[in-house]
Parts: sequence; C-alpha cells; structure tokens
Amino acid sequence: MNYSIAFRTIVTKEVLRFIRIWPQTLLPPAITTALYFLIFGKLIGDRIGTIGGASYMDYIVPGIILMSVISHSYANVVSSFYSTKFQRNIEELLVAPIPNWVILGGYVSGGIIRGLLVGVVVALISLFFADIVVNNVVITLSVAVLTATLFSLAGFINAVLAESFDDISIIPNFVLTPLSYLGGVFYSVEMLPDVWQTISMGNPILYMINAFRYGFIGVTDVDIQIAFEITGGFIVMLTLFSLFLLHKGIGIKN
Amino acid sequence: MNALSIRNLRKTYNNGFEALKGIDLDVEAGDFFALLGPNGAGKSTAIGIISSLINSTSGSVSIFGHDLNHERAKAKSCIGLVPQEVNFNQFDTVKNILLNQAGYYGTPRKLALQRTEYCLKQMDLWDKRDMVSRRLSGGMKRRVMIARALVHAPKLLILDEPTAGVDIEIRRSMWKMMQEVNQEGTTIILTTHYLEEAESLCRNIAIINHGKIVENSDMASLLARLHVDHFVLDLAQPIDAAPVIEGYQIERVADKVLNVAVPKEHGLNKLFSQLTAHNIEVISLKNKTNRLEQLFMDLVESSPKPTGVGR
Repeated sequence: MNYSIAFRTIVTKEVLRFIRIWPQTLLPPAITTALYFLIFGKLIGDRIGTIGGASYMDYIVPGIILMSVISHSYANVVSSFYSTKFQRNIEELLVAPIPNWVILGGYVSGGIIRGLLVGVVVALISLFFADIVVNNVVITLSVAVLTATLFSLAGFINAVLAESFDDISIIPNFVLTPLSYLGGVFYSVEMLPDVWQTISMGNPILYMINAFRYGFIGVTDVDIQIAFEITGGFIVMLTLFSLFLLHKGIGIKN
Repeated sequence: MNALSIRNLRKTYNNGFEALKGIDLDVEAGDFFALLGPNGAGKSTAIGIISSLINSTSGSVSIFGHDLNHERAKAKSCIGLVPQEVNFNQFDTVKNILLNQAGYYGTPRKLALQRTEYCLKQMDLWDKRDMVSRRLSGGMKRRVMIARALVHAPKLLILDEPTAGVDIEIRRSMWKMMQEVNQEGTTIILTTHYLEEAESLCRNIAIINHGKIVENSDMASLLARLHVDHFVLDLAQPIDAAPVIEGYQIERVADKVLNVAVPKEHGLNKLFSQLTAHNIEVISLKNKTNRLEQLFMDLVESSPKPTGVGR
C-alpha cells in the first residue's frame, strides 16, 4: 500500500479547498493586517517611539504575522475537518486503508500550508509600512513552521471533539484571540507590572511570538531555547493526543 | 475462499444496548448476498463494523482471508462501501469525488483517471463528471456513491440500502448495474427493505433480528419453505359472498375481488375448477404479497424478543 498517494490526495484536497474559497481564507487577513499596520503601527506607533531599539512598526510586524499564522492554521484544520465530519465524508477516510498518522499528517499539512501562505501575504503587506530585514532566517522559518504545526494540531483536536459549529468557534474566539493579543504582539512584557509579567509567562503564545520577533528583528523578552522547547513539547503532546483520538474513534466513530 | 467470514461478532454500545449478540456469517467469493432485517435489528451495526466505521466489542471479521484487526490495510483494500445516506463532499465535482477516493486507496493518478472514467461510464454519469455533486438528482447521487465505491476495484462491494427512496425506473436500472458488477466477479452484500429486490438479485440470504442471525441459507431453499401463496382474484361478475371450497381460505374483499390462500399441495388448478363449478369467472390474478416478504415476516415475528436496554 502506497501511503504517499493517500497523503498527497488529502493535502491537495485541503490546499485546493482553501484556494477555491480565497475571498474567505486569504483576502481577509490581508485587509485586517493592513488596518493593524496603518492604525497601530503608523498612526499610533509614531507617538510611542521605540521598543528594544526597534521602531514600534518594526516591533509589531512579526507579532501580527505570527498571529495570522496561528489563527489561520488553526481555522483551516478545525473548519475543514469538522465539515468533513458534519457532511459525513469522514467515512471515506475511515473506510479506506489509510493509517491514522496519514490522515492526521494530511490535515495538519493543509493547515501549515495555509498558515504559512497567510504569513507570506501579511509579510508582503507589511513591506508597504515597514522596512524589515530578517535577522535570522532559520529561526524565523522554523518558528513559523512549528507554530503552524502546533495550531493545526490544536485545530484538529477541536474538530474531532466538536459536536456543533458553536464548538469550533469557542476556542478561536475565547482562547486563541485573547492569548494572541496578550502574547506580546503589540507590547513588550517588560512594560507590564510584575504580577502581569509573571502571569504572561504562562502564555505559550508569548514564547512563540517573541522567538519569531527575535528571528525577524533580533528583539525578544524570552529565552529562544525555552520557546523552542515549549513549542516542541506541545507539538509532541498534541500529536499523541490526536493519534489517540483517531485510534479510539472518539468523536468520529460510533 | 470466503469473501467475508464473521465469527462471534458482538457489539454493545456505551448505553448498554447490545446490537450484535455473537453473530457468525460466511459469504462466498462471487456471491450476491442479501443481509436483511427490520430496523434496529443490527444489520447497519454489522456493516459498520465490517467497513471500520464502528468498533466491535469482540469477535473477528475476515475479508478475503485478511483479519480486520491484524491485517487492517489489506482487509480494507478489498472493500467498497455504498452507505445508506449521501456522504460525499457536496461541494466537489463528481470526477474529483472519485479521484480522491482512488487516491485514498493508493491508486496512482494515471490509473485513477482511467478507473474514474470507466466507473462513471458504467454508472451512466460520464457526462456529469464536471458537475458539482450537490446539483445532481437523488438517483444520480446514489449512482455516484456506487461509482465511488467501485473506483478502486474492490473485491467486495457492500450496498447498504442503495435504492432507498429512488423511483422504480432508477431502481430497476440500478439492479441492472449491480448485476453487471457481480457478473464481473465482484462479491456483493446487499441490505434492503425492498424484499422483491433481494429475491430477484441475491443467491444467498441471511436474516438478522434482535442482534442474532435467525436465518442463513440460499434463496431457493428458503422460498421453497413457503407453504401457502396468497392471491388476489379479479372477477368478471360481482358476487354476494365468498364461495366455500375445501382446502382454501377465501375472503371476499369487494364485489368483484377475492383474496385466496392457496396451499402448495392443492395448487391453482383445483381452485379454478371449483370456482367454475360455482359459476365464478376469474379475469385476472396477482400475488397478494411478495414471497420473501411472507417468509421474512414469519421469521422475524417468530424470533425471540430482546430483554435488554433500548437504544
């Protein structure tokens, strides 16, 4: 059995899906982030000055790019896999001789591709507002890929456990968005009172955004190695949990 | 070799409902096999387990010699499933639905394209290949599901009520397609509520009720067990009362219509000669009930009722 064909089939299906509906998937982040750059970066940022030696515009660009990667890699997998469940075409995959890791890998790859593509779109938009030279390409790319992987896995788990369309909007609206905003996209945690600095350190997104910012402009509030360890640790845990759910058929089988 | 062997298969759902109570079943390669049962009898659970959509509680399922638990990929490769309800992506084109399915089974692209064309032509859907599937009629959607199940050339095709809700013309054309697929060597397991369908298509049959197999034999010997046929007679002239003829149960249902129960040992000739003696002229007759339906009802009604938790 050639699993690479099954894997490619799932990934191609996923990529064609979000490209076919590009006005819903690729266009909105371009418009939203352009407004962020204009309002926060240009109009307000000019009055804020510098953070860590970088202009406010340069400081917020990496966070806004990674926030887009997070929300879109998550959204792609959660909406696609839940729709597959809802329409019952998940049965096509369950009946076929595809191992669970191929199903998981295919959907997560779709999420990573959309997350990175949106990241590229937002980065291109940022070029109209900021003049950024990437400080460390390897760190920048690896943080982007690992973050997209982590949130694609999280989206997959959300979709597997969801029983209604409400269930797939709760986590993005009430968990991901607040954690992203509080993860230092628009500010340095050093600007916060001590107690809020300590609380912020419990937010894993803070580490990813700072590691990404380090890759871009060389400025960070956290240790890069810890950021990689936390992201890698979450990826391992979520992968194992996803495979467990698929193996048991929780949420997808009777 | 058996296309399907089931041994002591059990399924108890989380709420305690015991859907399958240790069934054994063999289906020979090349067979056209009917799996019948009333709603809630356990046939959908059995098909769900065979096709990996439901986890069994215990027991074994082997498909063309491959155990579903130990040689999962090989066993699954042999199966094509046509489910009861439409379950393909309704936003995708007909062609893509088949190409994706072929991909899931590891079929190389070139071969997948050839198989897609072949199956769509076989199901008379080739001219609809680029149509978004939600725009198809109900009958076409059913045929898409059959084409999809056949695209990876399975050795065992499971059809779970494939003609439910389609008109008689489409049903007849689907029967013809199923017979052609079977004649090409594919083993078919059919569940249906149309017993006429099972009687005309299938060579062997199992009836499941309350989670147990209550009958498993070939269709001819099962039908031979039916001792009484029921006929409706249309008469040329109205009559006031049903005639009394020894050995037959006759009921007058309208001025010119009689229902007659005809035991096989007496036959129709004696009935007609007696009716003629009573000056009753018959202008036409038809079977009151389908023969298999009669047997099915007898078997289902005589099997013991469950005592467990309801689902």
